[in-house]
Amino acid sequence: MYVAGVDIGSLTAKAVVLGEDRRAVLSRALVYTRWDAAAAGWAALGEALADLGAARSDLARVVSTGYGRRKLDGSDANFTEIVCHARGARFLEPATRTVVDVGGQDSKAMALGPDGKVADFVMNEKCAAGTGRFLEVMAHALGVDLAEFGALAVGVADPARISSTCTVFAESEVVSHVASGRPRAEIVAGIHEAIAARVASLARRVGVRDAVMMTGGVALNVGVVGALERMLGHSIAVHPDAQFAGAIGAALLS
Amino acid sequence: MSEEHGQRREIRSAVAYQKLMGRYYAGAKSAGKDGRKVAWITSGGPVELLHCFDVIPVYPENHGAMCGATRMSVPLCEVAEERGFSRDLCSYARGDIGSAITKGGPIGGLPRPDMLICCTNICGTVLKWYEELSRLFGCPLFILDTPFVRGTSSEHAIAYVEEQMREYVAFLETHTGKRFDEALFEEVAAKSIRSISLWREILACSEHRPAPMNCFDAFIHMAPVVTLRGTDEINVYYEQLLAEMRERVQAGISAVPEERHRLLWDNIPIWYEMSALSGLLASLGACLVADTYTSAWTFEQVDVADPMRTFALAYTEIFLNVNLERMVDKAVALAERYSAGGMIMHSNRSCKPYSLGQYDNAKAFTRRTGLPVLILEADHTDSRQYGRAQAEERIRAFVETLV
Ligand code: SF4
Repeated sequence: MYVAGVDIGSLTAKAVVLGEDRRAVLSRALVYTRWDAAAAGWAALGEALADLGAARSDLARVVSTGYGRRKLDGSDANFTEIVCHARGARFLEPATRTVVDVGGQDSKAMALGPDGKVADFVMNEKCAAGTGRFLEVMAHALGVDLAEFGALAVGVADPARISSTCTVFAESEVVSHVASGRPRAEIVAGIHEAIAARVASLARRVGVRDAVMMTGGVALNVGVVGALERMLGHSIAVHPDAQFAGAIGAALLS
Repeated sequence: MSEEHGQRREIRSAVAYQKLMGRYYAGAKSAGKDGRKVAWITSGGPVELLHCFDVIPVYPENHGAMCGATRMSVPLCEVAEERGFSRDLCSYARGDIGSAITKGGPIGGLPRPDMLICCTNICGTVLKWYEELSRLFGCPLFILDTPFVRGTSSEHAIAYVEEQMREYVAFLETHTGKRFDEALFEEVAAKSIRSISLWREILACSEHRPAPMNCFDAFIHMAPVVTLRGTDEINVYYEQLLAEMRERVQAGISAVPEERHRLLWDNIPIWYEMSALSGLLASLGACLVADTYTSAWTFEQVDVADPMRTFALAYTEIFLNVNLERMVDKAVALAERYSAGGMIMHSNRSCKPYSLGQYDNAKAFTRRTGLPVLILEADHTDSRQYGRAQAEERIRAFVETLV
């Protein structure tokens, strides 16, 4: 038998399957959420199971998290992303004391006690600044594919300044940088700095302690991670499964 | 997995509450016909003297709460905004100005004031707000200025406020044509002390585990102590409510069906979200057992032997007029008395004196009690400042981390 965790976010749904001993991630899958959260959750889980040649009847427990978690009828329990990301991050890096999670529509910072329990957490305010959505809008404004966005800014010495925290205003700042002929890499680097600045202030609010781990899709963006490391003065651990941390935490809590 | 929404247990005395408040507002609305005068007064204003002159006190802030709870505030705020009032101004003020102009709201607006009583112990906003009302209605305005208290109030500050209490009496004599009756004042003061101590005892019932009522109940049943303290009717009503709460304590009846977490609340309620938040917290087994807001009307300084001076002291030292350390002391004391396991702070975009310093207060509170704090961003009546999905997510996460 297996256990599974499903993390249904605003942009993507992630599923992981673990053995019943909950010691290793045996398979993982990610699909776009689109309009039907439950369908996306089950689709991701279906893919992860197919990878193992397993079926739903082989699952002892399914636990969900993320914005769409309560839509997943048939799951055995659900928990908020806060506890799931904390658990998942500890699983990926047992020394973790600070977790920074930047997802599609929100970002959060958590301080963990020595025992891994969540001691404090903060989430971004009611706006898209400092979230994956911000990156998406900017990538679109620059005509760059989101997956290549991070690497574009590597090695830039003079990032363009994006001072507005509002996504809409920031987009017009980007447009005016483009119009003034600023190299694209510098603008991209500026965007990374802007998002990192918002996230850094969240992290500082809960207090930054090593090890710092970043989870969520934006963790795969080397530009943002680099900018955040510079701003916090701490190195940040990123695991290849960073995007699955929430789903892993859910599976561990199953 | 679906979640059942827990139900708040209804309070029997709510029927008497409805009647009491209904009579009060009906009386205020027909004051003109009955040949009585109406004063609009700020929530922290010394209302007792108005009762001595048979003036009916009306509270724009209480009305604002009603507009908020019925989700009627935003269009009223927009009226004020169209007139150039900034969205940064307290939404009670914007909503009230909007209602004064349009007669909008659940009761068709407040009765026209014959006079305005503004006490600055709650904030500086009320000063400009009441000046605006005075221009709008062309009626006299009395301003009672209470110096901010750091630590304890100084002798000269109390003397300064007491002197103004006497000016307030003179103002009322002028505008009602009645003479001040000292004996009546003592009588009203005694009744007011009774109202306040009954309210204090009602709130104290929730020290019991499980709590017989929660803050959502208190937010509703506080209206009489705000508007009618010092009168007989409120005391009769509070005696009934107190008896009901004691009965609940005896019988082990709880406000929240399965009380697993006891939390404090800081700041004014998010009026338009009362039922959603109350249902959510109940479904999570969380009970708000005490708050810094409803307990603001439990001051203990008043003494019938010297009402003028002791009221001056009590009104100067109310919760919003003291330094942050005293605010933290109060939250810490509540956490101890009510055996709370954490605190939810509403960072209220409208109310600066209440919300400024909350991040520091939260830190100090956690340092002293070891208890976690959740800060929720919202506004007490302007629902445009509230994101339900985010707020509910934070609350769920907070409660999960308590276990
Ligand atoms: S700012 Fe605060 S104290 Fe002042 S009127 Fe508004 S809610 Fe009341």
